[in-house]
Amino acid sequence: MTQLALVIDLNVCVGCHACVTSCKEWNTSGIAGPMVDHRPYDPDPTGTFFNRVQMFEVGEYPNTETVHFPKSCLHCEEPPCVPVCPTGASYKREDNGVVLVDYDKCIGCKYCSWACPYGVRELDEQQKVMKKCTLCIDRITDERLPENERQPACVLACPTNARLYGDVHDPESEVSVTIRENGGYQLMPEWGTKPANHYLPRRKTRIQIFDDELERADNPLKKEAPLPAAEGETLDDVAY
Amino acid sequence: MHPAFSVIFLTTLIGAGQGLFMALVTGQVYSVAQLLEPQDSLSFYAMGSALAMVLLGLGLVAAVFHLGKPSYFFTRAWRGMSQWRTSWLSRELIALPAFMLLVVLYGLAHFAGLTEPLFVIKGVVPVDITLLLGLVGALFSIVLFVCTAMIYASVRFLQEWHSPLTVANFILFGLASGFTLAAAFSAWNGVALVGFFGVWAVIFTVLVAITRGFSMYRNGRIKHKSTLQTAIGVRHTKIKQRSMGFMGGSFNTREFFHGAGEGTVGFIRLFFIIGVFVIPLTLLGAANVLQSAYLPLLAFVAQYVGLLAERWYFFAEAKHPQNLYYQTVG
Repeated sequence: MTQLALVIDLNVCVGCHACVTSCKEWNTSGIAGPMVDHRPYDPDPTGTFFNRVQMFEVGEYPNTETVHFPKSCLHCEEPPCVPVCPTGASYKREDNGVVLVDYDKCIGCKYCSWACPYGVRELDEQQKVMKKCTLCIDRITDERLPENERQPACVLACPTNARLYGDVHDPESEVSVTIRENGGYQLMPEWGTKPANHYLPRRKTRIQIFDDELERADNPLKKEAPLPAAEGETLDDVAY
Repeated sequence: MHPAFSVIFLTTLIGAGQGLFMALVTGQVYSVAQLLEPQDSLSFYAMGSALAMVLLGLGLVAAVFHLGKPSYFFTRAWRGMSQWRTSWLSRELIALPAFMLLVVLYGLAHFAGLTEPLFVIKGVVPVDITLLLGLVGALFSIVLFVCTAMIYASVRFLQEWHSPLTVANFILFGLASGFTLAAAFSAWNGVALVGFFGVWAVIFTVLVAITRGFSMYRNGRIKHKSTLQTAIGVRHTKIKQRSMGFMGGSFNTREFFHGAGEGTVGFIRLFFIIGVFVIPLTLLGAANVLQSAYLPLLAFVAQYVGLLAERWYFFAEAKHPQNLYYQTVG
């Protein structure tokens, strides 16, 4: 079975919000109707978004680290939002595992949003139906597009390539390999929702170097000290 | 959670309506068993059922305003009955009209005076159509209570609600207010059942004081499963959100926060404890002594207003894990 998902590399994300704006641009222009903004130029603007980039500060000054944290629907393999829907508007696609809302069936009761611990569903203020990330379903399944464009808008927009997209059920896919090899993890694993989207942790690249690796013990440039050769052959002499 | 007035009115109104209907049926069962004087079909049972229907109808109106658009009630809400296999909300959407239909049939049967016994059990218990409808209706009332409560109790992410206490509270609050209303209705009509319903109302009110007390104690010391650490997957004891990604509000900041200060929440808790428990118990006790026609009515009004506050507090005390992601405007 296929389970399409995103892998978001927190080590690479710079928090530029390009994924947020490209998501809004693509999906507000789509077949499912606009993602409405209310009072966009007034003091208290609000609107529907499928994707947000948040920022967290880890540690205490001066030892702090900034984590930019993009958040959208995780397309859980055990989506708790789906079985609670009274109308069947909320569903998970059998063929690719994407969790979707049928806007023509939704009655806007908001119950699914209560049943999502991640807060990734938003009620549209104008259509009054629940909206959420579709993984750009109209894009990724459109066979008229060239294959390299059949990806979510956020993935195509990311300037640092922090967002990877693919089938997490295929063990050899790019996303599966990177989850396996780079420590990919799921959010709030305590609920057993099995999110399909994974996050890659912040990683530090450190090499360990000892002093004798920087300088030969019998370095002839050390004029001041007596040459260790006087004590016989060194290991370096034997080795070369 | 943000307390939605549509849901506050829905749950309290249908709760009182269900409780009132069960009180009527209880009275009828007692009179069949010859423990109470039989009451007039038309003025007591039919009118009582009509009163229950008014409450249920008002509850339904309140529920319509919980939909995204009220027009969805006509165009889409029928689909809400389709997912009863998995959704407690869907089950409620089936149980509510079914129960309302039974209340109507019960009221109509009494109105039409269909009290000729269909059969007699062991020569002492005459069973007529109203008794059968009443018993099935009472069963559906319990089913509806469970469906309504499970809508809240089944959401495991809201740990304050995810407890059998929620179901006990919904049933007992409904019964307490319904039996208080039955006492008020009897007192108003000069029916000699004020004491009978009043005693049951006191019993249910005391029981729900115990179960609600337990749930408040439980919620006061609840340990939430999700933390900022599991929310973003970073292992550090000091994590602080600096930006939720936007400056204006969103659905996430409106739906999951009640926005009231701690003082307000504390006041509403005290208000509902006095309104639901203290005043009705006092007034019902006084009514028993004074034989007043007004005191049970006052007791019901106080308890109902208290229940509105209780339901508000019920929402306010539930903390949703998504709130971890919406701590800092920025």
